[in-house]
Amino acid sequence: MDEILEILEKDGRASAEDIAKMLRKDAGEVKKAIKKYEKEGAILKYKAVINRDLIRDEDFEVRALIEVNIVPQKDLGFDKIAERIYSFPEVTSCYLISGTYDLLVVVAGKNLHTVSNFVAEKLSCLEHVRGTATHFLLKKYKEDGVILKHKSENNKRIAISY
Amino acid sequence: MKNIVSKKVQIMQPSGIRVFFDLVLGMRDVISLGVGEPDFVTPWQIREAGIYSLEEGFTSYTSNKGLYKLRLGVCRHLKDKYALEYCPDEEILITVGVSEGVDLAMRAIINPGDKIIVPLPSYVSYGPVVELAGGVPVYIDTSGSGFKLTPELLRKNIDSRTKAVVLNYPVNPTGVSYRRRELEDINKILLNKGVFCITDEVYGDLTYDFNHTAFPTLPGARKNTVYLNGFSKSFAMTGWRVGFACGPKEIIAAMTKIHQYTIMCVPITGQMAAAEALASGRKSVEQMKREYNRRRLFMVEELNSLGLKCSCPQGAFYIFPSIKNSGLSSMEFSRRLLKEQKVAVVPGTAFGPCGEGYIRISYASSFDNLKEALARIRKFLEKRG
Repeated sequence: MDEILEILEKDGRASAEDIAKMLRKDAGEVKKAIKKYEKEGAILKYKAVINRDLIRDEDFEVRALIEVNIVPQKDLGFDKIAERIYSFPEVTSCYLISGTYDLLVVVAGKNLHTVSNFVAEKLSCLEHVRGTATHFLLKKYKEDGVILKHKSENNKRIAISY
Repeated sequence: MKNIVSKKVQIMQPSGIRVFFDLVLGMRDVISLGVGEPDFVTPWQIREAGIYSLEEGFTSYTSNKGLYKLRLGVCRHLKDKYALEYCPDEEILITVGVSEGVDLAMRAIINPGDKIIVPLPSYVSYGPVVELAGGVPVYIDTSGSGFKLTPELLRKNIDSRTKAVVLNYPVNPTGVSYRRRELEDINKILLNKGVFCITDEVYGDLTYDFNHTAFPTLPGARKNTVYLNGFSKSFAMTGWRVGFACGPKEIIAAMTKIHQYTIMCVPITGQMAAAEALASGRKSVEQMKREYNRRRLFMVEELNSLGLKCSCPQGAFYIFPSIKNSGLSSMEFSRRLLKEQKVAVVPGTAFGPCGEGYIRISYASSFDNLKEALARIRKFLEKRG
């Protein structure tokens, strides 16, 4: 992967000027490359990784992973039905997976009740959905390579040494 | 009371920098660019191997030379990386970091009064260890040649009592390293004059602009060299204290003799973890190196733009900028920077008198820390006008 992307994936706020210095490139060139990635959609957006354990969020207190079994449609396969599912705002992630189930859907809701309601009333009754299995999420340890734990600055090293 | 401490130790120069170090350690909220070790923790698979070995009950002594599987790992690693062949039975010794390796090598070769050449500025232990072993360190000031030992400097300092030279590259504290042909010239002189070579290449994996040359790979050098390396810097394993020494079997046998009486063996947990590092840690080394390299280029550019002139170091994780423009001595510059802006650096004089006018900056620190430190250094310099 291009080192520009590697840097941005770790720190979305890294400026083109800083990246240019790190890679000994021209800042204009780096800006151009980033613009190109944005235009092509290789860079989709920049966002903060939020530790939800520390935030009270009335609308999204409960999360569930839902395995969804679906009947693929002629000519369209899974994509069309997946789109119908991931378009619900309650769905925060949606993956096509191999194995016993076809889609893995992550749903966020206010409480157990709203999430179960969503599954019962919206998801299960969709045409082509054959069955679901809901797993409520109890704790998140690591997500997308980020360990969800606030680490105080590394002070294990002695402050000065040869 | 009569002074019980030996004369040899009494006359050893205490590090003049100790007072400054104590000052740093006593202060809070300091951003330190003075740390001589990686800011990464040991990669997990390596730590896990150490933990697992404890669970399995590996808590005994190992052979004096070190675990065979680790020596074999070292042997294979050097063969893969440098096409350098050492026999794990007779030519490799596992040591307590490179520090022990340096001490053993000196004690194994020095007769009273033998001269050992130490290019300065350098890591702090070489000279004192030479003295403890009964030798005489001969310091060479390399500040006039871009902090490099040149063939001329070397030739000028060799006489009939010269036993060996200590090389360390990439160099702590300057980050300077040598290309193969430069080392070839040095090697020719050593072979020609019958001077032995002790080479500390602990930063060898962190060489950025060209491939690192292991000294014993030079023509004729293998039989004339003790090659020292370790896991501290490349694998971020400083606290495990594991290193290795490779060389001709007579020298390694002599070093092992001393090692078996003084150390017995390197702690087994560290050896187990180190074996895992060689087996699966190469990728982590490459990742860390890429990260260091970005910081290096960034810092060199920023420091130069602040007026702290530095050439681009080729290795390790140090930059050695000149602070001569400030009109302050290295120590005074470091002391004031610490007091006024809470940024710690190491005065260049810690690494020899010819480090005067320079400071050592370590970029083994997070990018955010580096940026904040630079902002504070800028403020410091602006205030001084």
